[in-house]
Amino acid sequence: MISLIEHMTAGLSNAGPFMRIVVTTIIMLVSGVIVLAVALLYEGVATYAERKVAGDIQARIGPNRVGPYGFLQFIADGVKLLLKEDIIPFYADKWLFIAAPYIVFTASFAAFVPLSYSDHVYVANLNVGILYMIAISSVVSMAVLMGAWGSNNKWSLFGGMRAVAQIVSYEIPIILSLLAALIIPASLTMKDIIVYQSGGFGIFRWLIFNNPFTLLAFFVYYIAAIAEVNRTPFDIPEAESEIVAGYHTEYTGMRFAFFFMAEYGDMFVVSAIAVTLFLGGWQIPFIGALSMPLWLREVLEVAVFFTKIFLLIYLMMWIRWTLPRLRVDQLMELCWKYLTPIAFFNLIGASVWVLLLNGKGVYDIIAGLLIH
Amino acid sequence: MEPKKIYGILSEKFSGKMKQLQENTFPASIFVEADAVVDVCRFLKKEDGLEFLSLICLSGVDLKEQNKMAVVYHLGSMKHKHTISIKAELDRSNPHIPTVESVWPVADWYEREVYDLFGVIFDGHSDLRRILMPEDWEGYPMRKDYVYPKRYHTWDV
Amino acid sequence: MAGTDEKFMQISMGPQHPSTHGVLRLLVTTDGEVLSGVKPYIGYLHRGLEKIAERLTYPQFTPFTDRLDYLAAMNCNLAYAMTVEKLLNVEIPRRAQILRVIMAELNRISSHLISFGSFSADMGAFTPFLFGIREREFINDLFEMTCGARLTYNYIRIGGVSQDIPEGFIDKTREFLDYFPAKIKEYNELLSFNAIFIKRLANIAVISPEDAFDYGVTGPNLRASGIKWDLRRAEPYLIYNELDFDIPVGKGEMGKVGDSWDRYMMRIYEMEQSANIVRQCLDMLEAGDYTAKISKVLKPPAGEVYVRAENPRGELGFYLISDGSAKPYRLKIRAPSFANLSIITKLARGVMMADLIAIIGSLDIILPEIDR
Repeated sequence: MISLIEHMTAGLSNAGPFMRIVVTTIIMLVSGVIVLAVALLYEGVATYAERKVAGDIQARIGPNRVGPYGFLQFIADGVKLLLKEDIIPFYADKWLFIAAPYIVFTASFAAFVPLSYSDHVYVANLNVGILYMIAISSVVSMAVLMGAWGSNNKWSLFGGMRAVAQIVSYEIPIILSLLAALIIPASLTMKDIIVYQSGGFGIFRWLIFNNPFTLLAFFVYYIAAIAEVNRTPFDIPEAESEIVAGYHTEYTGMRFAFFFMAEYGDMFVVSAIAVTLFLGGWQIPFIGALSMPLWLREVLEVAVFFTKIFLLIYLMMWIRWTLPRLRVDQLMELCWKYLTPIAFFNLIGASVWVLLLNGKGVYDIIAGLLIH
Repeated sequence: MEPKKIYGILSEKFSGKMKQLQENTFPASIFVEADAVVDVCRFLKKEDGLEFLSLICLSGVDLKEQNKMAVVYHLGSMKHKHTISIKAELDRSNPHIPTVESVWPVADWYEREVYDLFGVIFDGHSDLRRILMPEDWEGYPMRKDYVYPKRYHTWDV
Repeated sequence: MAGTDEKFMQISMGPQHPSTHGVLRLLVTTDGEVLSGVKPYIGYLHRGLEKIAERLTYPQFTPFTDRLDYLAAMNCNLAYAMTVEKLLNVEIPRRAQILRVIMAELNRISSHLISFGSFSADMGAFTPFLFGIREREFINDLFEMTCGARLTYNYIRIGGVSQDIPEGFIDKTREFLDYFPAKIKEYNELLSFNAIFIKRLANIAVISPEDAFDYGVTGPNLRASGIKWDLRRAEPYLIYNELDFDIPVGKGEMGKVGDSWDRYMMRIYEMEQSANIVRQCLDMLEAGDYTAKISKVLKPPAGEVYVRAENPRGELGFYLISDGSAKPYRLKIRAPSFANLSIITKLARGVMMADLIAIIGSLDIILPEIDR
């Protein structure tokens, strides 16, 4: 999109600065709306998928009445939530209470922007893409605490405290394990990371296969990511059987829907980071030099990107419906006593590998040996 | 152990406090003076050969015709596989009896229930308040002469 | 938002809460996550059943016993019927006895399935609950075939049972018994030996044998503390002395003897044993009367009895004083959950909030029989 903006504004270089600003703004708004539409559509379908996956695991059918195979269930749910009574508790801190869902949703949606969906399809190719995504996701924890405090409800406060403790703690294994992979392409730009993983039949140069440390880093990252998104087995902030509904106890209707959608948005974002860094992003395995029209290639790349993300999300749902929940002190123990030291020593190991082998991965070494 | 034997041992230890043995109930009942109940229960719990470690049930009975209120303790021993029931009869107009909470902690809740439904005061109980009925209820529902209230707060009953 | 004491927060796990199995109020005093005390408030479901019993004739009270512990309604019916029959001194025909045992044991299985399911849902694993419901549907179908009801059966009456089993009952029951052991294996693989589940439950709320006796704890909770006491063996009623079954006892496999995991596992083992018992009974079933001949207007002789039976949740006892008329003079119901719940003030000191949920779930209480 930036290239699009530059393209169009280049043609306007003789038009006044005012015109340039207006056109730029319009293009940015349009691209924002497109991304929002994609994000919302994804989140709706994700709620449907969650219920179908849950039904499958629990030996039952799941939604099957609204639309073919119940596919339009999310539209029915959305309409229902829109029509619900909007209740703000009398003693609630009104501004915090109202602002919290918007901030949560904005933070989760803003992280959709730096993603590189294919070679030429992207919204904004920030050169600090990964840093931006991690930073924006942290805003969620602040907004959760706002919502919990603003609800003026002891159960919400409980949930909010737990949520903040959990999210903030698990940021550290996430960042450490991302670093173990980031030092190889040595760039924070999402597109450059994916381009680095090209070649090797489209699969063997993925960073997850680069060295054993990145393989371990992927698993540490994935576990920490599930905790970051508050999914079972780490869903104590919203442990519905213990503290009613945790930090979103007092939210009704569309406000609750914002929290809910933000959770699925976060799932997408953390999976997208995993796919970008470890699983090759939009690299299509085994296509290689097959020639095809550019538009077809772009479409395939976008499809592959989304497929990989959906596989990781399916895995998150599968884990949710299988495992029981960890207690809050066991969860903290897992983070600080296990994941963080492992991620830290993993980073050291990865750094040593990169230093000694000059960034070459296992595939590069084998390919190098075979060629000689 | 046979109820007669238990009664014999108890009569020896607490002479004057045992009133009678009734064998046609199941399990057999031993009538005891109200003020000796705690000592008798403690003895039954600790003594070798008796060892009634379980308080199976503690109930109140309203004997309106005899102008008495009875508290019935069903005791059981898992080791010796015998059961006995200890009964204490109280004056219906002013029913007082010492608490056996110190012998079996579960008596805490049972006695609260008997207080709640019959109005028996358990002397020495740590926290005697209503357990099943609302805290501000008036009257003792299980008594035979209980009159149902017409209103409770703002509701017509 | 603070309570009267600055350090401690008083939260009411109020009458409406997803995890207290019924309308139970727990006033919890906590500083953050660690509890310093729990004060239970009961009586929200008090219906005055004992007073009602003094107004109705003996057969008229049988449906009320269903609603004491509605998950084990057959067993409650059975205890009441045995109490009145003891006063009447009537002999029950053999076929009626065997039918009673079959129904009581099938009800034990379905009660334990619900207990296991709702406990796992409290722990955050939602799937085993639905598996338990799926198995329970078979048993509900069997009961519906026999007496028309799925939850409150009113089947075991004074003198025998209300009607004979229909054709096809025996085959369908055998089908269920062949299908069931594999499911128990599935539950063990999915939940019982899951590392997270064990971590949540091992060494939590250990009930020592002395405490168990002092607090009148009975049923699987008592057996989990290592005491081999089952009324079906110690004071056999019906035909239990002819049947061959084990009494599972807690051995402290995952922690101390008498912790929450042991209490949970007792129910799983007991389900296996009950299936065994039903199989033996089906083989022993012979032709005969399904009820004894007793007069329509039931006037037992004056007397007092206390009869107890082994319910899935513990020892249910009825203390009946009859004055020779058609209505009881005094009927006292000794509910197992009443005594089981009284130990919670002792157990819940110094545990965490999440553990409180585990304790209540492992004690397996049900409110209607506590409140009567």
